[in-house]
Formats: sequence, C-alpha cells, structure tokens
Amino acid sequence: MLWRIEIKHKEGVFDALGEDVERSIIDLGISSIYSVAVENIFMVEGSLSKKQIQTIADELLVDPITQTSAIYSHKNPYIPKETKAYHEIEIAYNTGVMDPVEHSTLKGIKDLGFDGVAAVRTARKYLINGKASQKDLALITDKVLANKLIQHVVDHKVKQDTLNIKTAKDKFKLIVVDLIDASDAKLKKISEEGQLFLNLNEMKTIRDHFRKVGRNPIDCELETIAQTWSEHCYHKTFRGNIDYKYEEKGRIKVKNISNLLKSTIAKATFELNKPWCVSVFHDNAGVVKFDSKDHICFKVETHNHPSALEPFGGANTGIGGVLRDILGTGLGAKPVCNTDVFCFAPPETSFDELPAGTLHPKRVMKGVVAGVRDYGNKMGIPTVNGAIIFDKRYIGNPLVYCGSIGIMPKDKVYKKAKVGDLVVVAGGRTGRDGIHGATFSSGELTTESEVVSSGAVQIGDPIQEKKVLDALIKARDLNLYTAVTDCGAGGLSSAVGEMGEELGVSVNLEKVPLKYDGLKYMEIWISESQERMVFSVSPENIDKMLDVFASENVEATVIGEFTGRKRLEIFYDDHQVCDLDMQFLYEGNPKITKKAVWKQKQHKDLTKKGAANLTQKLLDVLGHYNVCSKEWVIRQYDHEVQGSSIVKPLVGVNADGPSDASVIAPKLGSKKGIAVSNGINARFGMIDPFWMAMSCVDEAVRQIVSVGGNLERIAILDNFCWGNPDKPDRLGSMVRAAEGCYKAAIGYGTPFISGKDSLYNEYAEGKKSIAIPGTLLISAMGIVDNVGKCVTMDFKKAGNLIYVIGNTYDELGGSIYLDTYGLLGNTVPQANPKKAMKTFAALSKAIKGGFVSASHDCSEGGIAVALSEMAFAGGLGANVALNKVVYKGKDKRNDKILFAESNSRFIVEVEPKRQKKFEQTLKGVSLGLIGQVQSDPIVTMYGLDKTICVNANIEELKEAWQRPLRW
Amino acid sequence: MPKKPKVIVLRTAGTNCDEETVFAFQQCGADVDSVHIKQLCAKEISLHDYHILAIPGGFTYGDDIESGRILANELRVHLGGEIRKFIDDGKLIIGICNGFQVLVKAGILPGNGSSLAQSVSLTFNNSNKFEARWSYLKPGGQCVWTEGIDHVVYFPVAHAEGKFVTPDDKILRKLIDRNQIVFSYCEPDGADPDYPDNPNGSYENIAGITDPTGRILGLMPHPERHFLFNQHPSWTRLKKTAKFGDGARIFQNGVDYVKRKFK
Repeated sequence: MLWRIEIKHKEGVFDALGEDVERSIIDLGISSIYSVAVENIFMVEGSLSKKQIQTIADELLVDPITQTSAIYSHKNPYIPKETKAYHEIEIAYNTGVMDPVEHSTLKGIKDLGFDGVAAVRTARKYLINGKASQKDLALITDKVLANKLIQHVVDHKVKQDTLNIKTAKDKFKLIVVDLIDASDAKLKKISEEGQLFLNLNEMKTIRDHFRKVGRNPIDCELETIAQTWSEHCYHKTFRGNIDYKYEEKGRIKVKNISNLLKSTIAKATFELNKPWCVSVFHDNAGVVKFDSKDHICFKVETHNHPSALEPFGGANTGIGGVLRDILGTGLGAKPVCNTDVFCFAPPETSFDELPAGTLHPKRVMKGVVAGVRDYGNKMGIPTVNGAIIFDKRYIGNPLVYCGSIGIMPKDKVYKKAKVGDLVVVAGGRTGRDGIHGATFSSGELTTESEVVSSGAVQIGDPIQEKKVLDALIKARDLNLYTAVTDCGAGGLSSAVGEMGEELGVSVNLEKVPLKYDGLKYMEIWISESQERMVFSVSPENIDKMLDVFASENVEATVIGEFTGRKRLEIFYDDHQVCDLDMQFLYEGNPKITKKAVWKQKQHKDLTKKGAANLTQKLLDVLGHYNVCSKEWVIRQYDHEVQGSSIVKPLVGVNADGPSDASVIAPKLGSKKGIAVSNGINARFGMIDPFWMAMSCVDEAVRQIVSVGGNLERIAILDNFCWGNPDKPDRLGSMVRAAEGCYKAAIGYGTPFISGKDSLYNEYAEGKKSIAIPGTLLISAMGIVDNVGKCVTMDFKKAGNLIYVIGNTYDELGGSIYLDTYGLLGNTVPQANPKKAMKTFAALSKAIKGGFVSASHDCSEGGIAVALSEMAFAGGLGANVALNKVVYKGKDKRNDKILFAESNSRFIVEVEPKRQKKFEQTLKGVSLGLIGQVQSDPIVTMYGLDKTICVNANIEELKEAWQRPLRW
Repeated sequence: MPKKPKVIVLRTAGTNCDEETVFAFQQCGADVDSVHIKQLCAKEISLHDYHILAIPGGFTYGDDIESGRILANELRVHLGGEIRKFIDDGKLIIGICNGFQVLVKAGILPGNGSSLAQSVSLTFNNSNKFEARWSYLKPGGQCVWTEGIDHVVYFPVAHAEGKFVTPDDKILRKLIDRNQIVFSYCEPDGADPDYPDNPNGSYENIAGITDPTGRILGLMPHPERHFLFNQHPSWTRLKKTAKFGDGARIFQNGVDYVKRKFK
C-alpha cells in the first residue's frame, strides 16, 4: 500500500523556504506572485494500517509545534487544486536518483517498531499564490524549482500505487566486441558509439593486443582500458609529447617536450628535494611533515562539468570526492579543513545572453555554494579558505575547485597490498550512477527511463561518508588493513585496478552490494556511485575489519582477492568477464603527440591619463565582483567546526574583513598550525600565462607570509583548468603556464606536492565554441610554528604607522582597475622571486619578533583596496601619502600607484614604539612609511602633487565592497 | 565515586563536534568516553556509569526530516527509561547545537513532568540560510552549567535550524517565569538584537534553555568552540589574560557540580 503524507506549516509559522522561493520568482521578472508556501511530501510504501501511518506521521515526520499533516492513499487520493490565482507544483526526484532523506526516514520508522515498510520517497509541493500563466509556471519550474536531469514535476493525473523500486536481477549476457577484424573506420566507430574517447591510434593498439591474445575483447575489458587510458585518469596531455612552437623576442622557436608534467612541475619538486616532503605525486594527495608525531596531506580536485549540469550535486560530490582522496592517502588521513575556489560568469548576466542549454550563473553559484555547504558542514570539515572569480567566458563551464587537507600519524603514510589479501568494498551501495551516456541510451536496459540517472548528476550522501571516515580511522588505528583507495572516476574499475596493478587481482562482481537489482556486470564495474572505499585486508584480520565497520553501521563486503598473477580477472557468478594483463593495461597505451603554439597578443590599453575621480574609482574597484566581500558565501560554511580555527576567513573588529591565508591549529591544545591560501588570476593569464603562474605562486606564498607562516615550509599544488588541448593555441598557453610554474617553484623554494588538470572546458553553441580563459589555481599550505604569533589584516590602533613593503611597478596590465574600463592592457605584473624571497624573509622575521600589528598582501585592486580593507576591518581611518610608496618605472601616476597589482607587496601596521626594530629588520628591502592609522573613520590619500586624491569614509568604502554579493 | 567525574559524549552517524567536546571536558578534569548510541542500545555500555551526558553538535542522520529528529526518536524509543532515570538520579545533561535540537525534539527540554513529549521546537532560521557567525549572549535563568556567568559572553553559532519557537505565549511565559531561559542573543552591550545579532529569529532571542531542575542545558551556540583564547574571532586585537575563552566556564561548572554532589 502506498501512503502519501503531506506536511505543512501551521498557520502563523514563518515559512523561510517559501519566502526564498518567492524572492527567486521575483528575480525572474514575474511580479504577480504574492506568496509561496512549501509542503514536504513523504510517499511511504508498505503494509501499514491507517493507524500505523498516522503514528509515523505524528511521532516522526511532523514537528508538533510548527507543522501539521494530511494523509492520503488510493482510497482517498490527493487531488490538487488549481485556480487562476493559485497554483501547485510538486517536484520529486527521478527514480534511480538518490533521495537524500530516504535512508534515515526508513531508519526512523524502524526505530518506531514498524518493519513492514518497503520504500520511502520524498517530494516537495510549492503552493503559489498569485496569477501566473502556464508559461510563467513553466519558467518558475525550470529556473527555480527543479533540475530536470534529476527531478520531475509530479503529474497527479497519472495514478501511482507503487514506488516501483523492485526490478529483476539482471539476466547474464556476455557482450563481446568484434574488434580484431575491425577496419580503422570501424575502430573509430566503436570508440565513438561506445563513448570510449579513445583515438584511432589507441584503438589500433588495443586491436593489436587482442590479435596477439587471439580473441575479441569483452565489453568490460574495453571499457576498463578506456577508463584507465582516459585523460581523466592518465593525463595524456600532460604526460604525452608536445611539439611546442613559441615566439621569443620576435623569433619563432621550437621545442619538443616529452612529458610536460615531468619536465616542469615534478622537475621543480625533485630539484628542490626538500627533506620535509614525505610522499609526492604518487598517492592521492601530497604528504609533508607536520610535527614529531603527524604528517599532513593536501589535495585539490576539480568538478567542473558535473557542476555545470547540476550545480548542487556537482559541487556536493566534488567535495565528497576530494575528501575520499584524503581518506585514501597512505593508510588514511583525517580531513581537517577544506578550501574551495569557484569561477563563474557574472551574476547579472541577462537570460537573453545565456547560450542554449546553460544554467544562469546566479543559479549555478547558489547551487554550488549550497552543494559545498551541505557536504562540508555535514561531514564536519571546516571550510576555511577560498576565492571566487568572475568572467563572461565561464558561462558554459563554471569551475569548481574543491580542496582538502588531512592529518595522519607518521607511520601511516605507506600502503601495500599483499598476495592473498582480500578486496573489501565499504560504504555506499552501487547503483547506476556515473555510468556514461552510451550505456543507458543503448536501449538494452529494461527499466532504463525510470531507474537510470545520468552519471554526471549525482547527489552525495555526506553522512554515509562521515560514517566511512569514522570507521576507517578506527580500523586504521587497529592496523586492520594493508592498503586503501577511494572510488572516484571509473569506480571499482579504477580503484581495484590501481590497487592490483602490481600484484594482479580477482573480483566477483555479484558480491558487490547493489542499491537495486538489474545492474549488468559492466555497470557494477564502472559505476561511479559515491561514498565507497576499497581496502585490502589480510584474511586473519577480515572478521575484525568487518566488525569495526559494522559498529559504525557501514556496509563492508569482501568482493575478491589479490592474486599475484599480475592480471585483472573479473567474474560475474561463474562467468569470467575480464582477463587483462596489468602491464598492458597500465603501460600499453601509445604516447600521443600534440601541437602547441604560444604567441603574445596585444590588448587594448588605457590611452588617457587615468581616472579623474580616484575616490569614485576606488569605490568601483571595491565593488568589482572579483574584489567584493564574499561574506554571503563564507557565513554559510561552518568554518569553525573541529574548534581549530585561528585566523578565520573574516577578521577584524566586526569580523568582516578579508583575511589573507586562513590558519588552523588542527590538534586541539597544540600551538602548531597550518596556513592555507590560494593564488588565482585568470586575467593575468589572458596577457601572459607565464606571468600568471609566477604571480599565482607569489600570491599564495605572500598570503602565508602575511599571517605569520614559516616561509621555509610552504608546499604548493597546481590545478590547470583549460580549454581543448587539441587546439594548439590552448595547449601553447598551458605549456607557457607550466613553465612559469617551474620557475616559480624553484624561485620561491616551494615544491609542488600534488596537482590536477581539467581540460576540454569549452562550450559549443552551434559553430561557436566558448573556451574558458586558461585558469591556473595555485593552492598553498604552510606550517605555522606558533599560532599565538599570527597576525591579521585589520588595523589595530590609531597612531600606528603604515608601511608599504615592496616595489610598485608600471603594471596596470590585467588589473581590476583596467577592467572597470573594460580593458585588459599589456603591462602584466611580473615577479622577481629572488627579491621577493628577501622581502618575505624580512617580513616573516618582523612578524615573528612581534613588531607587526597588522599585515595585508596587495593583490586584486592593489594598494588602494588593501588599505581600504585594513581600515574598515579595523574600524579605523588612515592618512597616507602616495609619494612615499616606492615606485619603479616610468610614467609615475596616482592611479598606477593605487591600482597596479605588482607582486610581492604588503601593507603593514607598526606601533611607533616598534618602529626602530621593525625598520632594522626590514633593512635592505623596499620600504615606504606612507602614513598613520587614525581614529577619524576616514581614509585620506594624498597624491603625488600633495593634494588629496582619495577621501572616503570607511563605512562608504565598506558598503561599496559589501553590496554586490549581499544576497 | 570514581576519582574523576565521568562524562559520556554520545555520538552516532553525522555527529561531528564530538572531539572538541571531549577535549573541553578533559581539560576541565573529567574522564570522558565517546560512545556510539549503538553501544548504549545494545547495553554494551550503561548510561548509569556516567555523571554527565553530552550530546554534541553535528548533523545526526543528516538532519533528515528535520534537525535532530531521528536521533531524538531513537533516544525516546530505545533509551527513554534510562534517560528518565539518569535525570531523576540528579545527573547532568548538556546538548549543544544539534544536541540541543535532539533534547528539544525528544521532549527532554524544556522538561514538562515525567513524559517525554515535545513542547517547543527549533526550526529554520528566518534567513533560510546556514549561519556561521559569532553571537553575543546575555546570561539569565538558573542553571548549574552557567553559574557565575554574569556578563555577556561570545560564542559562535553554526546552524540552519536554530530558531526557538513555542506554540503559544503561555509556554513562553512559563519558561521565563521558571527561570529556564539561560542564554539570549544580544548586542555587545546586552541590548536587544536585530538580525544578524539574533541569527535565526528565535522568539524572545532565546539561544539556550534549561529544565526546571537547572541540570539540563541545551543551547544553539558552541561554547566548546570558544574554549581557548585563540579561538576568539578577533583575539589578535585582545590582550591575552587567560588561556581559556568564555566557553570553558560551562564545562568547568558541569564537572565541578559533579565533584560536589557525587562525592
């Protein structure tokens, strides 16, 4: 029997969600709606009496203080009302999409003592008061209420009397692909139709291999090879050959690069050879030393494509994925903080400008933030740091970088499965999630349209992952397993394959616990269902291992063993569905060669003498989306859970100023800390990706220096998000950025410990292709020896001295200032690591000595923005003279001093009594004493002609900075 | 009486402030066990071996259906009698954030006689957003846990469902009259707040309440996150006078009470 329980607010109770939906409808330009109410619907199927269902409603589903319920069934069906001025829209998850509430509701019902419930699904009903046409309602549904990839509008005309969860177990049918006799044309077709994304050369290599073996491949084998050799798993572009043509000093030069990763990023790390690097590049995350007992590890992933289609689910599973990377580093680390960086198109983009098939950037941003919030907060990992940048070209490909840092005991860094160890899969069950389009459009699935969801659009289950985390740490500390890895892209195929690469492994797919019956063997093997980890466990520990997972209510199942035969052997019941040579699988792919071209372009620059009203210009720059306050986002993230936060993302007298790096002390009671920062500036890259890379490293490092991190102990990560690397100009700019990464890492003494790339970020609309600007994210993690010595960016006291440290150059290129004119310019900020390191070392020493009251790095918006932020964060004014700023270069102008984004600069506040010691410490470094902090809440800047050029109240400055994203 | 007061920190799927809560009690001299509810339900561990029950923050069972609901249901159904006895034995309970939501939804707070029936609620913030920010709190009422706190304190909140509501004014009145309102959101000087100083729209700015005995405390803000000086959001502007922050007193009060009463 299928019961329908509707839960609504009692009269007079404030409906916060309804209000929110109403605001979003007004945002669409529909003004005739005057109120929206929301009801939650539970569909409960099982043998329950009316009385029992009433008990479930009253004791479990309804809050007796704020809500009431109504119960329906087929005897008493629900009939929606509809008038011209009243509309109901009910949204439910598509069958096969995880319903986030289903599991725990079933548990709650069981706790009440009712065992007869087979299934629960939920829906939401929106009661819309006000006149609306069918067109309006369709728009509201599409733009505000539902994402059709995972949800649908419930049609009450169709009678529903079952949730239809049960399907039959799949009838086994072995699928063999006719490959060995295939022509080249046929090979191409097989790759395309199977969405294998393998090129002809790769397909030929596979064909030749199977000719040697003397048989055709089974679909499962071909799919496994495609997954293993994919750009996503193998990073073909970075590891392949590149013919690089570039222009230097007016001459065309050619370079043949074999393995870009090894010749730039990894090369720097090996040349630096830092003794505190413990495990770099070969595990899920890079590991460095922390204190005498523990190590820490860091990984940043991207989840761009899924977030474009379903922002909430995409970002949600992006966080889930990177957290599993941390759980699967070494023998498992415990996540201690997250960092997230996003790139979106501007939120004020009009609906008319949207390319077909894209979601509005405001919706994307709200969804992404909600997805991060949901997963991070529920897992209890503080999200302490991040950035958001905006550019029109992210319209079809928003970027979502999800990063996490973990901590692990020193003796848990290395893992090694042994022959005879059992393969255990633990965590969530396996469903059809994450199986690429080919499979479910093939028409062979019996319940395809109902059970299947597109793989790219999953919703995570953070509580499932939290349980896995709790169980994993327990089992790790009891030494119950020999190796662990996460199920990410490629699912079991990549996790089990990777673990068994050296030994060989045998798996029985029918043993994998499934969400529902009806999955084919290949679907089980490549499903990317979330929240699963794979372990290798020696037979004598298996019972204890399963007990530990059971004690946290996590399902763990033995599905195979490590054989020592160096083959990947997969079975379904008694049928063998895969028998591959590990060596061919992991080393058999042909190296590819791509072409790359780099040529500097000239961009429009400012022709006139700069802004006449610099106060107004400062307000414009503060209100630029890339500069403005991200408080709306930050306050939705729990950045204090675990009790570790020391320098929070927002600091100052009212906790609303933007801090540089964030600092946490992950071990309660210990003073040892971790500083986290990031450097990102796609606008610099539009001029020259080399200097973008240098600037990103400089920015990430100087932020850590600014809060008091140890300059000698900074590790960095690279993250390349680029367009299609098969187009030579895209790849050329990427090569140029990678070369910048190498130079920067060597220059700043910061080894790369891990990295990631996400290529093919282009959006095709007809013949036009919108490529994202090549976007490099540098994430940095530094050690803080004593968090009690950390410095924040807010001005502390009137009368204190204000210094600018570092040189300002004629470098308005790529600045936010030029962007307010719609210009890019050419004079991109350069960096001189040698000089920078001298500056950083001196400032670090001054901070350690306690001579610095506040420090803020100058980045987007330059000195003018940094100074304003320090003033309003401290609730104090400032009085400064621009002629005291050390400026190197021609054409010295007020606007250049204020807004150039030259690297390696800081503004610091020093108490008069510490002036002498401070200046002694900074000896030999460019230093300008530009003025004083004042109690009068005004920021006054005197220009080069000694007249006032900027004069504004700090409240006015703060308002300009806070207004744009105060949603 | 064992040497140290014994604290049980209850956890289940989705609990995530357990470690900092354990740390806070340990620092105050308690002997603390972190225990999964499964172990209590299976009677592997007895609640009665402890003096203090702490239900920490988190998102138990994902806050599915509504915050704290499923754990509250589990406690009520499987451990109702045990908890009743625990309270009647004169022992202490604290619920922080999600723990407060659980205590309210299980009918343990505000405590109305012997039955466990919900009489007030914590629901969605007026902003319809998760709010992570620091709140000034005015102490009041009569509660073992807040003894000696006579000035405005500063704790962070981090929740989406923290708006304290009552079905009618009568119940609200009763809470006030019985000195059960222990913390109210306020401005730094103690004045009545607007949003965001009242981060959720709670009736009467209520942030934390106690039961009529004053031995059970539930509060949305997190005292365990302002346990140490360096956890204060603007500690770099303050002169360090003590190792501990405003929140330490609460845990110390609980531990000291047990030491006095259970000699």
